[in-house]
Amino acid sequence: MTATAVDTETRREPSRRGLFSLSARQAWGLIFVAPYVAIFAGFVVFPVGYSFWLARDPQLYIQLAADPIFARTVVNTLVFLIVAINLKMAIALFLSGFFTNRRWWVKVLAVLFVLPWAVPSIPTILSVRFMLNPEWGVVNQLIFRLTAEDGPNWLNDPTLALCLAMAVHIWKSLPFWTLILLAGRLAIPHELYEAASVDGAGGWHRFRYITWPSMSTLYATCTLLSMIFTVGDFNSVYLLTGGGPADLTHVLATLGIRYLRLDQVGLAMATIVCALPLILPLVWVLMKRLSK
Amino acid sequence: MNWSPLNWRKIRREAGLEAALLLVGIPLLLWTLIPIYHMVLFAISPKDAAFSGQLWPTDPTLRNFATVIGQRHHFLNHFWLQMFNSLVISVGTAAITLGVATAAAFAISRLRFKGGRVVMNLALLTYFIPAAFLAVPMYKTMGMYGLLNNDWSLVLAMATISSPYAIWILRQASDKLPQELDEAAMIDGASPFQLFRMIYLPLMVPSMIAVGTYALLLAWNEYLYAFLLLSKDTAITLPVALGNFLSADDSPWELLMTAGFLYALPPALIYYAFRRFMSSGLTAGAVKG
Repeated sequence: MTATAVDTETRREPSRRGLFSLSARQAWGLIFVAPYVAIFAGFVVFPVGYSFWLARDPQLYIQLAADPIFARTVVNTLVFLIVAINLKMAIALFLSGFFTNRRWWVKVLAVLFVLPWAVPSIPTILSVRFMLNPEWGVVNQLIFRLTAEDGPNWLNDPTLALCLAMAVHIWKSLPFWTLILLAGRLAIPHELYEAASVDGAGGWHRFRYITWPSMSTLYATCTLLSMIFTVGDFNSVYLLTGGGPADLTHVLATLGIRYLRLDQVGLAMATIVCALPLILPLVWVLMKRLSK
Repeated sequence: MNWSPLNWRKIRREAGLEAALLLVGIPLLLWTLIPIYHMVLFAISPKDAAFSGQLWPTDPTLRNFATVIGQRHHFLNHFWLQMFNSLVISVGTAAITLGVATAAAFAISRLRFKGGRVVMNLALLTYFIPAAFLAVPMYKTMGMYGLLNNDWSLVLAMATISSPYAIWILRQASDKLPQELDEAAMIDGASPFQLFRMIYLPLMVPSMIAVGTYALLLAWNEYLYAFLLLSKDTAITLPVALGNFLSADDSPWELLMTAGFLYALPPALIYYAFRRFMSSGLTAGAVKG
C-alpha cells in the first residue's frame, strides 16, 4: 500500500478538512453508486420495460393460452416448486444437522458434498442424461444384467422425466442450501444445547425446542428464495430432457426460451409475464424480510 | 480400560451413533459422486467401452484427453480458444462486479447518502428476477445495443446478474466496520475517495475475495446467457461448445465428457482454494437476512 500513501499527499484538498459536509457526502455517494445505477438502467430497467412493451398485446395471451404446451408447463412449474423445493429444503435441514458432527470422515464428506454446486451444470447433467440412455446408458445395462429385463425408457416418459429433472435440480442445489442452513445451526449458542442435555432432553426435543425455533425464519426465507430461483432454473430441465418428450416437461423458464428460439419474442415475453403472479408475492415477502 | 457397565453402555451408544451416521453418509456420498464418477468413467474409456455399461473400463486410456487437448475432432477445433473465451469473460465479470459492487456498497454503507436505501432495494429486487426470465429481455436489448456475439455482452449480462448479491454481501460486511475509522480519517482531512482507497478497500479484502470468486464461478459456469448471446464458433465459451454436441445424435459423447471434465476442473479447484473466504463471506450474508 505504499502507492496509496503517495497519492494522499498529492490529492489532499484543504477544503475537505474535518468532517465533510452533507452535500459532499451526497455528491460522493452519487458518484460511487453511479456505475451500478448505469448497469441497472441499461441492463435491467430498459430491457424489462422494453419487453413489457413487447408483451402488451392481449392477443399474445390468448395465443399462449391456446398452446396446449402452456397449461402443461404451468402445472409442471407448480409441481417443481411445491414438490422439489420442499423436499430439497427438508433434506437440506436434515443434512445440516448431519454435518454438525465433527468426525474426520464427516468433514471429508462435507468437502466432497459441495462438488455438484461448485462444478458447472452442463457436463454433470449431461452425464446423468447419458446414464439414463435407454439403450447404452449404464443404468439400463445394469438393470438388464441383474433382471434380464429392459429398464424403463427414463426420459421418454413425461412423468418420470420431470421427476428426474427435479432430482437433478436437487442434486445440483442441495449443497448450497445445506451450507446456508448449517451456518444457521452453527450460529445457535452451544449453551442452549448443554442446558437441554442437563435437563435430559433427547434429540427430537433438542430439535423441536432449540434448533427449530432459532432456524424457522431462516428456513422460510431460504425456501422462498429457492422457489424464486427455481422458477428460473433452466439447466435442470433443458439439459436433461430438453423439454421433451413432445414438449411435455417444460417449465416456464424453458418455455420462454423455446419461444425465443422459435423467434416468437412476443410469446416468450408473455410467458414471463404469466409467471409474475407466481413470483411477485414471493418477492414481496422476501423484500420485507431482507431489506432492513 | 475400565469396562464398567456404564462405560460399556457409552461405547454401545457411540457405536450406534456411528452406524446411524454411516447410514446417512454412504448414500449421500454415492448420490453426490455418481454423476461425476460417470463423467470421469466416460472420459477414460475407449469409445466402445463407454457404451457397454462397465463400472470400470477394462483398459482405461487417456486417448480422449489427447484428442481433446490436441483439438483433433471437428467438434473441438477451437477448444483452447473457447476455454480462453470462458476465462476472459469470467475474469472480466469478476472485475466489473467487484468494481461496481464495492463502490456501491461503500456509498450505501459508509457514506450513507440519501437514496442509498432505494438503490439497495432496487438491487435486491434485481436479485429476485429469475435469471432465465431476464434472459429474454437481455437478449433483445443486447441485439439493440449491437453487442450480440461480442464478449462484452456476456460480461455485462453476467455483471448485471452478479452485482446485486455482491452489493448485498459487501454492504453487510461493510456495516460491521467501526464508524470511528471513518471519523478518524475525516478529522485527518481525508476525502471520501481517500477514505475509500486507504481505509475501506484494505479492510474489505476478505469479502471482496468471496464476492470475486462468486462472480468468477457464476460467469464460468453460465450456459443459458452464453448460448443466447454468443454464437460464432470462435466467440462462444466452452459450455456453449459442449452444448453444441447435442445438435447431432451420434456425437462423440466420450469426448464431450472429457472436454466437460477439463471444463469443470478449474471452478472446482478455485472453489476449494477460496473455500475459507466463500463459506464465511457468502453464507454469513445469507444467514443474517
